[in-house]
Amino acid sequence: MRHFLLICCVFFSHYLYAAQPTVVTSSVLSVQSSERLQKLTQNKLKQSLKVLQAIPSAEHKQLLPLYQALIKGQLYFIKSSGQLIKVVKTGNIKSYSEIFSAKVLEPQAKKAIKKVRVNNKIRVYLRQLLAKQALSAADPKARLLALRAVLKDLSPQSVLSITELRLAEKNIEVQQMMDVIIDIERARNAPLKLDKIAAIDRLGESLEPQVRTELVQIQANSSAPKVLKALEKALLSIDESRQFFGYLDQLFFGLSLGSVLLLAAIGLAITFGMMGVINMAHGEMIMLGAYTTYVVQLLMPNFIEYSLWVAVPLAFVVAGSVGILIERCVIRFLHGRPLETLLATFGISLILQQLVRSIFSPLNRQVESPQWMSGSWEINPIFSLTLNRLYILAFALLVFFALLFILKKTSLGLNVRAVSQNRAMAKALGIRTDRVDAMTFGLGSGIAGIAGVALSQLTNVGPNLGQAYIIDSFMVVVFGGVGNLFGTLVAAFSLGIANKILEPMTGAVLASIFVLVFIILFIQKRPKGLFPQKGRAAE
Amino acid sequence: MKVTQFVSTLALSISCAISASAFAADTIKVGVLHSLSGTMAISETTLKDTVLMMVEEQNKKGGLLGKQLEAVVVDPASNWPLFAEKTRELLTQEKVDVIFGSWTSVSRKSVLPVIEELNGLMFYPVQYEGEESSKNIFYTGAAPNQQAIPAVDYLMDELEIKRWVLAGTDYVYPRTTNKILLAYLKSKGVDEADIMVNYTPFGHSDWQSIVSDVKKFGSQGKKTAVVSTINGDANVPFYKELGNQGISSEDIPVIAFSVGEEELSGIDTKPLVGHLAAWNYFQSVESAENEAFIAQWKKFIGDDKRVTNDPMEATYIGFKMWAQAVTDAKTTDVDAVEQAMLGQTTPNLTGGIAKMNNNHHLSKPVLIGEIQDDGQLEVVWSTDSVVPGDAWSDFLPGSKDLIADWSPALKCGNFNTVTKVCSGQK
Repeated sequence: MRHFLLICCVFFSHYLYAAQPTVVTSSVLSVQSSERLQKLTQNKLKQSLKVLQAIPSAEHKQLLPLYQALIKGQLYFIKSSGQLIKVVKTGNIKSYSEIFSAKVLEPQAKKAIKKVRVNNKIRVYLRQLLAKQALSAADPKARLLALRAVLKDLSPQSVLSITELRLAEKNIEVQQMMDVIIDIERARNAPLKLDKIAAIDRLGESLEPQVRTELVQIQANSSAPKVLKALEKALLSIDESRQFFGYLDQLFFGLSLGSVLLLAAIGLAITFGMMGVINMAHGEMIMLGAYTTYVVQLLMPNFIEYSLWVAVPLAFVVAGSVGILIERCVIRFLHGRPLETLLATFGISLILQQLVRSIFSPLNRQVESPQWMSGSWEINPIFSLTLNRLYILAFALLVFFALLFILKKTSLGLNVRAVSQNRAMAKALGIRTDRVDAMTFGLGSGIAGIAGVALSQLTNVGPNLGQAYIIDSFMVVVFGGVGNLFGTLVAAFSLGIANKILEPMTGAVLASIFVLVFIILFIQKRPKGLFPQKGRAAE
Repeated sequence: MKVTQFVSTLALSISCAISASAFAADTIKVGVLHSLSGTMAISETTLKDTVLMMVEEQNKKGGLLGKQLEAVVVDPASNWPLFAEKTRELLTQEKVDVIFGSWTSVSRKSVLPVIEELNGLMFYPVQYEGEESSKNIFYTGAAPNQQAIPAVDYLMDELEIKRWVLAGTDYVYPRTTNKILLAYLKSKGVDEADIMVNYTPFGHSDWQSIVSDVKKFGSQGKKTAVVSTINGDANVPFYKELGNQGISSEDIPVIAFSVGEEELSGIDTKPLVGHLAAWNYFQSVESAENEAFIAQWKKFIGDDKRVTNDPMEATYIGFKMWAQAVTDAKTTDVDAVEQAMLGQTTPNLTGGIAKMNNNHHLSKPVLIGEIQDDGQLEVVWSTDSVVPGDAWSDFLPGSKDLIADWSPALKCGNFNTVTKVCSGQK
C-alpha cells in the first residue's frame, strides 16, 4: 500500500512539474491524439464525433476513463488552459479530478469551466466502443452486454475474436450468446451450404431481436432453395415464439391493470359493497395515501429504499382515521338515505381535494421509486416483466387475502358481516352497530390509503389522483356484484385483461369506451353483477 | 315593466361606463387566463407567475402610458368550456385591456369565438399546431414549421431515423401536428408501414402496452424514434414506463414537443438522459438576457430550484412586445395595439431578435435539446438563424395556398393566394 502511494506521489509530482498542462499524462499516447482530444473543447458536436472516431484503436484502452466520463457527461474543461477534467456531482457537492490519474483538483468556479458536450450519437459510438473493450470483463453480465453491443454491428474480426473467447468461456448464458454470434457469421458466410443450413436451424431457436433482423437480411441475399427453406422455417419458429410471448405480455399487462383496479376498488367493496354507503370520497382516501407516501419520503430523504415500508402502515392509519372521522361526523346521520349520502360524500371529496391543494400546492408532487422497484425482470430477450408492476400485482393480492382473512376469521369480520346482513338482528344480539360501522368504514378507507401508496409508484401524485380512479372503482364493484369480495377480484382482473386485449386493436381511448359500454349492457342483463348475493343476505 | 327594465339597463350601463372609465384612469388591466388547478395546472401555473412577474417589473419602471398595470387572475381549471366563460368575464366584467393565457389548443379554440366577438386581445404563449390566425390573437409560441418539422429533419438527417412512432394525447394539437408530420414524412418517402400513430386520453397513466408496442415496433432492425405530442402530466408515467422497460435514448430516442424543464422537474431524469425535446428556448442557453431573466424569476418566485422554460420565454416576449406596442400606439385600444404589434421586435432570451410578423406569428430560432440528468436540456442542434412562423402549413392540401396577413393592405387571417379571396374571417 505504501509503495503504491509512493508511486502515485511520484506520478503526480511529475505531472505537476509538467510545464504545459496537457490532456493526457501517459507517454504511450501519441501526440496527435492529445492534440485531437484538445479539439473536444471546441464544443462543436459534429466535430467531436469525428475527433473520437479518428483515435486509433490501439489507444482506446488508455482512453477508457475519458470515454466513461464523456458518456456520463462528467467531462469538463477549464476555459483558460483547455485542460480536460472530470467533474462528479453528488447531491449538491461537486468534486473535481484529473481524468487519467483521478487526482483530486481544487474546486473551480462555475464560470471557469465548461462541459464537453455529448449527444446521442457520440454516446452510442462510445458505448459500442466500451462494450467491445468489456468482452473479456470479469463480470459475466458485462460480457453479455458487450456481446449484445457487438451483435448490433458484426464484423468478421469481432466474430473471430469471439470464436477465440468462446473456447475459454465458462458461463452458460454467455456461451449461448457467443454461439448465436458465431452462427450468424456462419449463416452469412459459411462456404458449405450444410454448415449454413445447420447454423440457420440453430438460430431459429434464438429470441434475440437482432437475430430475426439478420435472418431477414440473409433471406434477401440468398438464392439457394435449401437455404431459403431453412430460413423460412427458422423465421416461422421465431415468429411463433414471439407471438406466444406477445400473448403472455398482454396477459401480464392485463393482470397488472387488474391489480391496480383491484387495489382501487377493494376499499370501496367494503364501504359501498358491504355497508352500502355510496362513498364518492373514496378516491380522495387513495389520494391521502399517496400524499402520505410523499410526506414520508420528505421526512426520510436518505432512506427512500425503505420509505414504502413506512408509508404503507402510515397511509392505512391516516386514511383510516379520516374515514372514521367522516363516518362519525357525517355518514352515520345519513343512514338509509343514499341520495344525501352521495351528495355529502361528494362534497367531502371536493373539500379534501381543495385541502390538499392549499397545503401541498395544485402541482403534482414527485414520489420517488425505490431502486428495487425500478427496472425489469428479463426472462428472455423479448419477454420481461417490469418490477414495479410485478410487486404491485403481488401486493394487491396480498391486501386482498389479508382483508378476506379479517372478514372471515376475526371477530371484527364476523361483526361486520352480521351488521351488513341484518342490522336489527345484530343489534338485538348485542353488537354495537355504531362502533362496527365506524370500524368498517375506517377499514375500507384505510385500505384505500394503502392503494394510494401503491398508485404513487405508477402515476402522478396530485389533487386529482382520486378522481381518476373513482369511476373505475365503482365499475369494478358493481360489475363484480355488490357485497361480494371475490366478485371484486374476478371483476378487476377480467376488466383489466379485457381492456388490454382491446387496446392494441382499438387504441386506449376506444378500449375504455368499449369496456364501459359492455358493463352498461351487462348490468342491464344482470343488475346484481357477476356474483350476486344470495339468500336472505341479499335483501 | 318595460320602462323599469329600460331604466335599470340604462342605469347599469351608465354605472358600468363610469366605473370602467374610473378604473381606466387608474390602471391598465392585464387578464391572466391560465389553469391553476386540474391536469394542466402543472404547466400553466408557472405562466401565471411569469405574467405577474412581468407586470411587477413594468410597474417598477413606471407602468405604461403613465398608468400602473393591474393583473386580473382567473382560474379556468383545465376545463375547456370554462375558458370561454372566463374570457367573457375578463372582457365584459373586468374590462381587461389584454389577456395572456391558454395552454392547450382546445382551450384556445374555446376562447377564440368569444375574443373575436368582444374584440379582445390575447397572447397565446405555447407551441401549437398552426392552421389558425385570428386578428385578436398573437401566437408567441412555435408554429409547426418552427418546432415539429425541424425536429423531424434533425432525426432524419442526424440520427438517420427510418421508422416513426407518432404518439400523442387525443385532442386537436397532436392530431393536427401528426397530420402535418404524416404528410411531411410521406413527402420524404417514408413508407406507411414504417409509421405508427397512437393516441391516448388526457392524464393517461397505464402506458405498459403502448410502450411495449413501441419496443416491438422499434426492434425490426430499422432505427426508430418516437415523436411525442403527449401533453400534461401523462408524460410522467410515460417516461417512467420507458425507463422501466429498459428503452434507452440510444435504442429509441423520444423527441417531445410538450416536455420542457418544468415538466422534467417532477421526474427522476436519470433514465431519460439523451431523450430529446424541440423548443425555441432552453434554460441552459448562455446569453446575458437569459441569465438576467433566470435570476429575476428565481428572485420573484423565491425558490432557487425553480426552472424556466419555453412558454415562459414566449410569455416574456409577448409581454415585452405588447408593452412596446401600447407605448407606440399611445393607447390600449385593441385595434390600434394590434396594428402597432406588427413588425415589433424585441431581444429574445437566446441571444437573437424576436420579430412579430404580419401573420401574428413570431420569428424564432429552433433548438433541439437533450435531457440531462439534472433535468436540464442541453442544445445539440439549432437553426442558423430565426425561422418565421407559418400560420398555415405548406404540407396539408387544404392550407397549402393559404396565408395570413394582418397588415392594412390585406387584413385577412386566411387569404387564398390562388383564388385571391379571404375565405374565412371578414
